[in-house]
Order: sequence, then structure tokens, then C-alpha cells
Amino acid sequence: MGKYTVRRLVIALPSLLGISLILFVLLALAPGDPFGELATNSNIPPEIREALRVKFGIDDPILIRYVRWLIAMLHGDWGFSFASRINVDQLILQRVPTTLFVVGSSQILALAIALPVGVYAAMRPYSIFDQIANTMAFIGFSLPTFFTGLLLILIFSVNLGWLPFVYRADIAATGWQWYWESFKQAIMPVAVLGLFQAASYTRYVRSAVLDVIRLDYVTTARSKGLNEAKVIIKHVVRNALIPVVTLVALQMPAVFGGAIVTEQIFRIPGIGSLLITAILANDTPVIMAVTFVFACLVVVFNLMADIIYGWLDPRISYR
Amino acid sequence: MAVASVVILAALTSAVLLGPFIWRVPINEIDFTARLSAPGWQHPFGTDDLGQDLLARMLYGGRISLAVGFAAMVVAIIAGTLIGAISGISRGSVDAVLMWITDLFLALPQLPLLLLVIYLFRDFLKNLVGPEGGVFILIVLVIGAFRWMPVARLVRAQFLSLREKEFVEAARALGATTPRLVVRHILPNSLGPVIVAGTIDVAAAIIAESTLSFLGLGFPPDIPTWGRLLFDAKDYLDIAPHWALFAGAAIFLTVLAINFIGDGLRDALDPRKVM
Amino acid sequence: MKERELRDLIADVKTGRLSRRAFVQRMIAVGLTAPMAGMMLSQSGVAMAATAIPYKPAKAGGGGLLKLLYWQAITLLNPHFAIGTKDQEGSRIFYEPLAGWDGEGNLVPVLAAEIPSKENDGLSEDGRSVVWKLKRGVKWHDGKPLTADDVVFTWEYARTPETATVTIGSYKDVKVEKIDDFTVRVSFAKPTPYWADAFVGTYGMIIPKHLFADYIGGKSRDAPTNLKPVGTGPYLFVDFKPGDLVLAKRNPDYHVPNRPHFDTLEVKGGGDAVSAARAVLQTGEYDYAWNMLVEDEILQRLESAGKGTVRITPSGNVEFIMLNSTDPAVEVDGERASRKTRHPLFSDPAVRQAIGLLIDRASIEKFIYGRAGVATANFLNNPERFRSKNTKFEFNIEKANAILEAAGWKKGADGVRAKDGKALKFVFQTSINAPRQKTQAIVKQACQKAGIDVELKSVVGSVFFSSDTANPDTYPHFYCDAQMYNTTMPQADPQIFMNQYLSWETATRENKWQGRNVSRWQSKEYDEIYKQAEQELDAVKRAAMYIKLNEMVVGDNYIQPIISRARVAAVKGSVTAHFSGWDNDLWQLASWYREA
Repeated sequence: MGKYTVRRLVIALPSLLGISLILFVLLALAPGDPFGELATNSNIPPEIREALRVKFGIDDPILIRYVRWLIAMLHGDWGFSFASRINVDQLILQRVPTTLFVVGSSQILALAIALPVGVYAAMRPYSIFDQIANTMAFIGFSLPTFFTGLLLILIFSVNLGWLPFVYRADIAATGWQWYWESFKQAIMPVAVLGLFQAASYTRYVRSAVLDVIRLDYVTTARSKGLNEAKVIIKHVVRNALIPVVTLVALQMPAVFGGAIVTEQIFRIPGIGSLLITAILANDTPVIMAVTFVFACLVVVFNLMADIIYGWLDPRISYR
Repeated sequence: MAVASVVILAALTSAVLLGPFIWRVPINEIDFTARLSAPGWQHPFGTDDLGQDLLARMLYGGRISLAVGFAAMVVAIIAGTLIGAISGISRGSVDAVLMWITDLFLALPQLPLLLLVIYLFRDFLKNLVGPEGGVFILIVLVIGAFRWMPVARLVRAQFLSLREKEFVEAARALGATTPRLVVRHILPNSLGPVIVAGTIDVAAAIIAESTLSFLGLGFPPDIPTWGRLLFDAKDYLDIAPHWALFAGAAIFLTVLAINFIGDGLRDALDPRKVM
Repeated sequence: MKERELRDLIADVKTGRLSRRAFVQRMIAVGLTAPMAGMMLSQSGVAMAATAIPYKPAKAGGGGLLKLLYWQAITLLNPHFAIGTKDQEGSRIFYEPLAGWDGEGNLVPVLAAEIPSKENDGLSEDGRSVVWKLKRGVKWHDGKPLTADDVVFTWEYARTPETATVTIGSYKDVKVEKIDDFTVRVSFAKPTPYWADAFVGTYGMIIPKHLFADYIGGKSRDAPTNLKPVGTGPYLFVDFKPGDLVLAKRNPDYHVPNRPHFDTLEVKGGGDAVSAARAVLQTGEYDYAWNMLVEDEILQRLESAGKGTVRITPSGNVEFIMLNSTDPAVEVDGERASRKTRHPLFSDPAVRQAIGLLIDRASIEKFIYGRAGVATANFLNNPERFRSKNTKFEFNIEKANAILEAAGWKKGADGVRAKDGKALKFVFQTSINAPRQKTQAIVKQACQKAGIDVELKSVVGSVFFSSDTANPDTYPHFYCDAQMYNTTMPQADPQIFMNQYLSWETATRENKWQGRNVSRWQSKEYDEIYKQAEQELDAVKRAAMYIKLNEMVVGDNYIQPIISRARVAAVKGSVTAHFSGWDNDLWQLASWYREA
């Protein structure tokens, strides 16, 4: 197990390097350029546009730019945003706490709903509870977040006037007031994201538990006279957690990466909105930095998932 | 339930296939005098802000939405299952390489990649199979390409766990070859998450198509797919709720039907039925 | 509109028979800008008459918090790096120019003591220089006085190519020198009738020498002041999160008495235009929302909540359709839409004329842009019609059908017209933006009724409006039959604007599609008149020439103006704000106040 982990960690480095190269080339080839908006501006002569391109080194060969980026990254220099003309790490660091808070809470909410509901529904398949849970889940993932977000705004902000719909990262209040305001403004975005996620998690949990609950060893454990709760928790849930762990590991990078649509709707200054603005402005250094951090998290969390499999089901052996 | 769902799905499919021949209102007939009108005799589903008939648009767009939803789901499921299964059964360096590819796809930024794909392939496919066919293939492949990774990870995890289970050991001891083990014993037992993923993917693909057409990658802007209708309607939610209602309901019904069929399928495939 | 007619109109303004506002409106209607009209009047001896800006509060401060909402978030706060309008607006909170433009083409002094004129010896007789006198007693936010050195420095900073400013166009061809501590002279290489460009309005914000002196040229990006602006404006910098939030507080030493009214200022960014409108008009969470690119239908419903109003400010933007004069389907020397080709359909004037008749401008105005657009009378061929109040463009499907029929385009079995084996089918592209897609749908449907098959295409804005040489979907490539976008006049003087139809400005592969003539329309006569106008000193003669040029372009039907777009903002009912279509929305931020 330990040896396996070490080996995987060693492989992770070159694989990240490979991913970073592909990301870099892809962004360099993607259409659009950071000074696009200048092109429609007749006040700026073409020479200046050209000078700007040279200044930011946009026209150098891709591989040279990649090596330059890599070396800078190794020195802790994340690059320089074309659009904001400041360092990229500064931009990202401003956004991290908000993203972690909003997307993190929504993930917790999703799991808090999906685990009990999914397990309970699977224990009594096709019962009334199961049917209702399923229908809610279907509604949950057939409605896109851009739609549900707006619906909540119309209900709770416009009609009832209970909640604000413009999210503010810095609230002027202090003490309890601050917590209350932060909580109030987070309710809608967390609910939109969390419920959307919970809908699909619930389906996966239910299916995973159903798969396990029918296996022989569960029947054996039951027949040994163990009480039902113990059977469910020790034998069923533990095995059923493998798909859930897989899914959670797939979602964890998003806790950093943010949720583009929801952040746009509620004006949450998170990484997702930073990324989308950067993409629309073709601000490549920012896109590269965000996607690279995201890639690192993908690799790390999937690695962690692989390790957790072994812990959940000791029979899984790695070679 | 599953039977009822098959009926619903068949009804939806035949509605979008045959509907335009019965309800012969053109989808792009602009009528400013009837803009945003509520459902009524003249326009059973009401009209949008240009006074275009929503029933006609729903029927026409439904063909594309349903086709895209299913095709993209099939692409994602097949690719994901294949990669996950190979990875899970072979382990070692094959597993490492396949999981590296999975990680890579998970890490790719979608929007710039999409723009690159349109730019590289649109004209090529347009020349090859005509504008609509080219766009269709492109969309299905793009949506499929962005949605197979969870399936692959899930299937692989199932394989890792199942291949050590008693019944697989037993079959192996009886001399079953690896392909036979996979096809007969492991795969059927790992289909649970695959079926769930498949049903979720249909909904996701229908919605994703609207995002793509919003980015100019999808069908031309005047083709009213369900996702697109929902997207266009969102700003009018408090003014003309009927606009969003029917598109949303159609997607929901489709998802519902597919899910129940999926559940039925899974129960039918499962040798140890629970009732 | 001929020179003589212009002179008559100006004479009418002089004698008071025609109001200044009406004159400016007519100039806008023929494609000129309000500042250009103001310049003409000023040269003809009609003094600038700045509109009075009402301001009730009797003391500075006490207004509480002012909340502004920009759905495109402000990303930087250096006015000379401002890529988009949003960044100019953000910078304008802290920095100020010598003068700004009001809605009627008057220069309004801000940091200048007075507007230069021949009477105060500000303008030289030969049109080669202008002298600006600075207001005294103005202090930078850090307490240092504003002097002529700062103005001279701003010029040096902006004109240095290595600084990479976006304002360089206004500064590179002028020379600025200090006469005394509070006077500067701007000299031009040749006689320049349009003298109010450098240090004026959007591109004219003055920056402090003592904070930027070390960061001129290549080091410009390291200036700490880029992120923490120190200007002369009504509000002091507090905090800035790029792409999200700007916070500011009242400047107690502001150089205009009793201003500003608000104690603190918050500018939030991000999201979409519709929900920004909701936040002002429906819930009242915010006091002002910028650039409401929203269907008027929605805005009107939101306004009915009674919390705020939509403010419409006329400006010089025109939404138009451009027909390709070259053939995008044929590749010549590795380049499509080469100027060596001619468009197979549009080279027939009848087709162009028919398309002109098939654009239902009245409906586009009424049902899409609403109050924010006027079916444009811009580029009108006929001065008589221009004088009448009902300047409606004709929308007539029968007539279009008749014209096509007469020109030999016959309907085939599929309902599409054809002639000599060429079917009347074309691809029509634009950027992704809801009103544009709806306009596309309206045009397509009318064309269908006239036997023209239109394929619609939409390209994401960040690609369409880019100068990417490798991408065929950008608007300068114009690898398409027809396209639609919005012309913006970044400078009030039409000279640079009108170069977009010059033959030597044609966008080609050779100049990496940097040429400004995207439609590839060419005319020897146009080129000639343009050259004459460049040399012309008399503002009125010059204006007449530009009007003539406008008419030539549109008269040929390759350019089809649709709608003249106004700037739209949402303002909460209790707040009084002042806008101008020829300057930033925040140009008079110091005079905004809240009714008690």
C-alpha cells in the first residue's frame, strides 16, 4: 500500500508535466487574442497592437513560450494578466476563499442530503419514499442551474424580498451581523449548486447501495442475526461508498475551480467567474494558471480516491 | 413503471417526428401582434417574444434535442465503459496510461477547447456531410468527449472491487478466460452506476447543447432546440412563464422516462432481483 | 446635405431660430458626432454653452453610500490601459480630464480653468496649437498640487510606445509643452480643426507625475499606482478587487465646492445585464446599473415596479449590416474575399436594393431595441427627407420582389430565386448577443418571403471581434456574405472613423486583416474627397465633405444601417445622475446626489 502510494506520487509529476504541456498548446492554438477589443478601436494604430503583442510575447513559438512559462512557474511566478495588468497569483488568491466557502458548502450540503436519502431509498426500493426521492432527483438534474438560480432569485429576492442576490465578498458589518449577512447571501447559490449536485449523487448512492445490498455476504451477515443498522453501516454502506468516493473525488477540484454559471448569476467573485472573464477576454496567463491548478487537483484527488478504494475494500490489491 | 415510461418516450419521439406534419405552423413565422401571448387556441403553447409559435418550435427542436441527448449519452457511455473496463481489468501501465488520459480530459478547459474544435473542424465536417449533419456530429462528439470520464472512473472502481469478489474468483477457478470473465461476470454487475450516469447524461447533453449554441458552436441561432428555448425564456420567466414551462417539462419528462426505463433495465438484467 | 445648407443651419443657430440641441441632433442624423457639431459651431462664432448641471445639496457629504453595478466587472484602474468602456468608467471615479463633452457637443471644463477659444487666445489663428489654462488649487489625493508638469507628463507617458497605452492615438502626433505652472500648449504638426482630443473626455484623464514618473515605458506594469489610483476626482481610493469590486470614499479636498454628495462609493461587477437591471429597477439593491443591453420589453416591465427608471442617452453608435463586395467563396492567392473578386450576388445593384427593402427597421426598433434604438436616419441620401420628421426607412416585401423579378431573378421550385444558375442564397453572420440574433431572425424571414434564402451564423464575441489572423470567423476577415455589428466612434472627429471605406485601407491577407476597410467597398471618388477633407481647415466645409462621404457609402447599398443605438442606464428613483452620450457615464459623478 505505502509502496503503491509512493510510486503513484512519482508518476504524478511527469503526468502533470504532460498535461500542462497539452493545456498550454491548446490555449495557444485556441482562437481569439487578448487584444481583440483593441482591434475594433480605430484610435489604436496597428503598430501599437503589434507592439503590445511583442511586449507580451504572444507571437513567439509555442514551445519557447511553454518553457518560459514552466521556468517562471517553478520560480513561483504565475504570470501576468493581460487584462488586469497585475500578477496572476494575486488575482487568484483574492478569489480562493469565496470559492472554497460557496462551492465547498454546496458539496457538503449535497452529500448531507444524498447519503441518507440514497441509502434509505435503496433499502426500500419502489416505496413511496423512494418514488418521491427519485422524482425530486429527476427534476433536480433536468433543470439547469441557470434556470433554477433565476427562479430562486425571482421568488426570494424579487417577490419576497428576503435574500439579497448580489453576492459581496466583503461585508461591511462585523461580529454576528457579519455572519448573518454572509449566511443570508450564501443561501441561494449554495442551494442551487448543492441541490443540483445532490440530485445526481442521490441516484448514484441509491444505485450503489442497491448493488451491494443484494450481494451474498450481506444476506449472510443478516442471517447471522446482526441488527439491521449494523449491517447497513458496516457492510453495505462501506462497500457502496466506492462509487461515491469516485464521484466526490471527481467533484473536489470544482471546489477550487468554482461554478461558472452559478457564480455569474449571483455575481460571486470566485474562480469560476475569474476563469470565464479571462476566457472571454482571451487572458491566457490567467486561464493557464487556473486550469493548471485545477489539473493538479484532478490528479491529486483521483490518486486519493484510488488509495481510499484499498481502505474501503481491503481485497482490492494494487500491483 | 418501465412500461409506462416506454410509452411516454415513444409518445414524445413520435410527437417530434410526426408532429410537424400535423401542426403545420412554420417555426419562424414572426407575428409581432401575438408576441408573448399565453397558451390558447391559436397557439396551444403560446408564443415567444417575436410572436413565433412555441408548439411548432418545441416539436421541431425536440428532434434535435432528443437525438443529441441520446447520441451524446451513447458516445459517453460506450467510451467511458470501454476505457474504465480495460483500465480496471488490466491495471499496471495500461491502467496508468488510461487514467492519465482521463485526468487530462478532466483537466481540459472546456470553453477554449470548444472554440478550437469549431475552428478546426467545422468547415471540414460541413463540406463532408453538409451544415446540419456536420454540426450534429460535432456536437455529439464534443458533448460525449466531455462526459465519459466519470463513467470511466466509476466503471474502473467497480472493476477493481468486483474482480476480487467470490463469484469472480469462482468463475476464474473454473477456467473462464479474461474476456469471458469481463463480459459475463464483472460487467453486468458494474452496470448500476453506468445506467445512472447514462440517464443523467441525457439531461446534461440536452442542456449542454443549448450552451454550445449560445457559444456559436451549436446549431444556427434560429433553430429552437429545447435547451435553447429554456435559455431564451429565462429572462422572461416572470413575464411569460409559459415560454420556459413547456421546454422545461419536455426535458423533465424525457429524463423521467429514461430513468424509469434504466431502472427497469437494471432490474431485468440483475439475476438477484429484489422486489 | 451640402456646405451651403450647413451654413444656413449654423446661421439659424446664431440668430436663435434653431436651437443648439436641434442642430446637434441633425448633425448626428447625418452621421457626425455631437462634439464635431460643437466644434463647427464654435468655429463659426457660436460659443460653447455648457448645459447647467443641477445640483441641490448645500454641502459636501452626507449622502451615505452610492452603489453602482457593472455587469462587466472593472478589471483595471489606469485610464491609459483601459481596454473596455468599463475600465474607463472605473478610472473616471478617480481621474479627471481637462474637459469633458456634454450631450450637446459642448466642452465642459473639469481640470481646465476655461475652454480655449479665439477670444481668450486659447486657439491660434493658424489652427496649429491650443493653449489650456489649468484650474488652480486642485490637489491630488495625496495632497500634492496639480500642475502643468502633470499634464505634460501624461502626454509623455501615453505617447511612449513601450508604455503600451491604449490612448496613444490621441497623443502620438501632438506636442505638449509647459508655458508656466498652470498653462500648457498643445501643438499640431499640421493645421487641425478638431483640437479637443488630447486631455479631453474618455482618453484625456490626467495622471500624477510624481507617482508614475518612474514607471514610464517598459516598467509601466510595475507601477503600484496602477492598482491604487491617486487622482484628482471626487472620490478617494479605498480598495480594488480586479474583476469584482471597487470601493471609494469622499474626497474632502475636492476642487468643486459642496461636492461630492456621497460619503462612500461601491462599484460591484459581474453577472448579466438583465439581473443588473433587476437589482436597480426591481429590488432597489443598487443605485445605478451600467449599459443595459436588455430588450426594452423587459426593461419596461421592470420599471413598472416603480423603484427606478431607465435613462436613455443618444450616442453615435450605429448597428448596421454590411454586404460583402468581394466573393468569400473563392480563394485567390491563398485569401478568400479577395479584392480581386466580386460578389456573385451582391454585385447586382438590384439585389442590394432589395435587401435594403427587406430589413424591417421599424419592427426591429419597436420590438427589439425599443427606446434604446432609433430606426436610423443616419446616412440618409435625401436631405429633403432628412428634414421631415418622419424619417422611416421603407420596408416593402412586394417592392423587393418586383425589383428582383425585374432584374431577372426568377423563383425556382424551392421558392428560392436564381439567375444564370446562381441561387439567391447567402450566409449572414454576427456576434452572439440576443438582440442581434432576433434581428437576424427578422431579416431572414422577410428575405424568405422575397425568395432569398439566408443561412444564419453566430460567432462568439471574443472571437468575432478579435484581430486573430489565423481565425476566419473574425469580422475583419469577413469570410462570409453579410455581417452585422455596431460601429463605435471612439473619437468624436470623423476623420479616422471614415477611413474605413478607403481603398488603401482594405483588409487583406497582406496587412494581416488590420486594414480598416472590412466591407472591401471601394470608390475612387470617395478616396479623393477623403484626401481633400484631410487638408481642409474650415470645420463646416469639412463636415460637408464627411456627410457626402457617408452618403456615398450608404447610397451604394453595400452598407445598410439599421438602428442608431442609444446608451441605456438604470438609475434608482431617488438618485439624480447626469449622462452624456459623448463621454463616460461617470463623467459628472461629482454632481450625482440623492434626493432626501
